[in-house]
Amino acid sequence: MNREMTGESGEFAVRAEGLCRRFGALQAVRDLSFAVARGEIFGFVGPDGAGKTTIMRMLAGVLLPDKGEIFLEGIDVVAEPERAKPILSYMPQRFGLYEDLTVAENIFFYGELFELPWRVRRARARQLLQAAGLLSFERRLAGQLSGGMKQKLGLVCALLHTPKVLLLDEPTTGVDPLSRRDFWAILYNLRESGVTILFSTAYMDEAERCSRLALMHEGEIRLCDSPARLKAAMPGALLEVVSADPRAAHKALTGAPGVLGLLLMGDRVHVRVDNALRRKGELEARLLGEGVGPAAIQPIEPGIEDVFVALLGQEGAA
Amino acid sequence: MSPRRLFAMAFKESLQIWRDPRSLAVALLMPLMQMVLLGYGVSLDIKHVPLCVYDEERSDASRALVTSFLASGWFSAAKMLQSERAVREALDRGECIGAVTIPVDFSRVLASTGRAPVQAVFDATDTNTATIAIGYAKGVIALASADFAARWGAQHGLSAPRVGTIDLEPRVWFNEGLDSRNFIIPGVVAVILALVGAQLTSLTVSREWERGTMEELISTPVKALEVMLGKLAPYFAIGLFDAAFCLLSAVFWFDVPFRGSIATLGLTTGLFTLVVLGIGYLLSVRIKSQLGASQIALLLTMLPTTILSGYAFPIDQMPAAVRAITLFVYARYYVTILRAVFLKGSSLGDLLLPILALAATAAAIVWVAARSFRKRLD
Ligand SMILES: Nc1ncnc2c1ncn2[C@@H]1O[C@H](COP(=O)(O)OP(=O)(O)OP(=O)(O)O)[C@@H](O)[C@H]1O
Ligand SMILES: [Mg+2]
Repeated sequence: MNREMTGESGEFAVRAEGLCRRFGALQAVRDLSFAVARGEIFGFVGPDGAGKTTIMRMLAGVLLPDKGEIFLEGIDVVAEPERAKPILSYMPQRFGLYEDLTVAENIFFYGELFELPWRVRRARARQLLQAAGLLSFERRLAGQLSGGMKQKLGLVCALLHTPKVLLLDEPTTGVDPLSRRDFWAILYNLRESGVTILFSTAYMDEAERCSRLALMHEGEIRLCDSPARLKAAMPGALLEVVSADPRAAHKALTGAPGVLGLLLMGDRVHVRVDNALRRKGELEARLLGEGVGPAAIQPIEPGIEDVFVALLGQEGAA
Repeated sequence: MSPRRLFAMAFKESLQIWRDPRSLAVALLMPLMQMVLLGYGVSLDIKHVPLCVYDEERSDASRALVTSFLASGWFSAAKMLQSERAVREALDRGECIGAVTIPVDFSRVLASTGRAPVQAVFDATDTNTATIAIGYAKGVIALASADFAARWGAQHGLSAPRVGTIDLEPRVWFNEGLDSRNFIIPGVVAVILALVGAQLTSLTVSREWERGTMEELISTPVKALEVMLGKLAPYFAIGLFDAAFCLLSAVFWFDVPFRGSIATLGLTTGLFTLVVLGIGYLLSVRIKSQLGASQIALLLTMLPTTILSGYAFPIDQMPAAVRAITLFVYARYYVTILRAVFLKGSSLGDLLLPILALAATAAAIVWVAARSFRKRLD
């Protein structure tokens, strides 16, 4: 699954080179390059304002980059956006379907825009609605669906014509875990049929589902690799501290020798240290000394969030 | 151009209109309201002109004359006055628009000669109203004189036709009120179409921007031209329906004579509808907010159509500079055509120039509108 990021445009479903886009004085995306292989699920992860939506829009051919080039399945999107549109599907961050049309009417409309044969549209819509659990809502106005159902309807409409490249901008924001599972089940099914999926998310746990990830911050890709390799490449090791008072523990460990970073995660604290074996005992002692009380400390595998925080923390220190 | 996408666009837009109470109200109720408002405004606003009367004589004859003024329905009694000075003051203070003075020897002169002068003074600050009120007054006098003349003739053993002293010239004036109605109501159709057409389409693209549906729409293979034609199609149908409603009520409700051909009317109405829909669409594309686009649409359609089209204010009475401006006002041509088709029965050939002007405007606006929609967010 790990491929080189360079190569001929032919073997990549999506290739972007030197993308820049500014809004007034704000550089929303700066000198971005990446390539995505056919059939990959590629995620953009980053905080609000990182530039995820701006990238998605440029990839979808609805926003012109100031500089740089984009190829979708060999089609130059910057020069000929209309040639790329039949093979892509874009689901904007904000619900983009018609709230005053029913589920079935939205499906009809988007099916017609892509000139799907009616028989195909009907079969495909049925299958997708079934997978999304929306079959019994066909006659309901889209505006009266729940947030999760709306997102799933968006996906159904985006997949009607079986795009080669699927662009999803924060598709699961505000979607309950159950619906999110439906959502991902549909996406994984697609991968088998060679559809390339690019999506953005602010949820770190979701990022783990990608084949490759681009960690974004302030318009730049800081790291780009598979989740496993990103984690492996994180400097230092991770210790998890489970304590009755995680806030106090967090405070007590701040500035301790060997501690590279701290992250409060609910009832536990993730501590990034230079050497897990050596520091474990030291930290236990320090917690007791500071009067935080007994705490269970054990080494754990880092999550994407830890990698991200490590990355940004380093920069803050540098 | 794909017929399927075009049809899908039109179908989707129709569904949205059908489910949007505001669009429906503009499309269906506004023409009805405006027709009543403007149609009756024209013909009946100048009923009940306040009239003061200074009856010097107070005879049966003079009182009969006053009664015929009030019974006509065009005048209402504002005040009974006792002196010349009071007449002047009442007019100055705006207590009445007209004042009638019946001289002290009215019935004596009438009885002896068959002819008697009556003075009527009108406040001409509002020229239009004064002109029409004078027309009414002459009409009343004419009716009254005819009545007197018939009785006077009978008393003096003369048969009615031989009473040649009665001047029937006021009759022309009497018709004036009706004439101006026939003159104005065809133009009302233009005003209503302009208002409704541009209002409806000014919302159509800006709504998609505001609701966030445009972003997904422009990421599909739909063509800009398909978007425009698909969106305009249902509004064009609505425009023609509204036009038919207005034209039919002009003929059958307001009794405006229709002397021309329906084909000419249909063709020119189609062109005019295209112009106003195009203006609304263009604004909607350029101004991505519904409110902004509809406000400017109101300004760009109502202002020229009501003031510069000649629908209410005759173009040949305008200052030369303004008259020159009206040459560029599309509504002017349609109002001219409407009037000519209705009242003169003009044919396509007679109206070649205004029709060409209208067609050129329609082509230009649709062309600009088609080019100004870009499938881009910025
Ligand atoms: N049309 C625009 N005009 C001006 N500034 C913009 C525009 N679009 C985006 N920006 C700015 O560019 C930066 C990147 O925005 P973008 O929407 O791409 O971020 P994002 O990663 O999608 O954030 P979020 O998670 O909030 O959706 C932000 O600072 C944003 O304010
Ligand atoms: Mg975004």
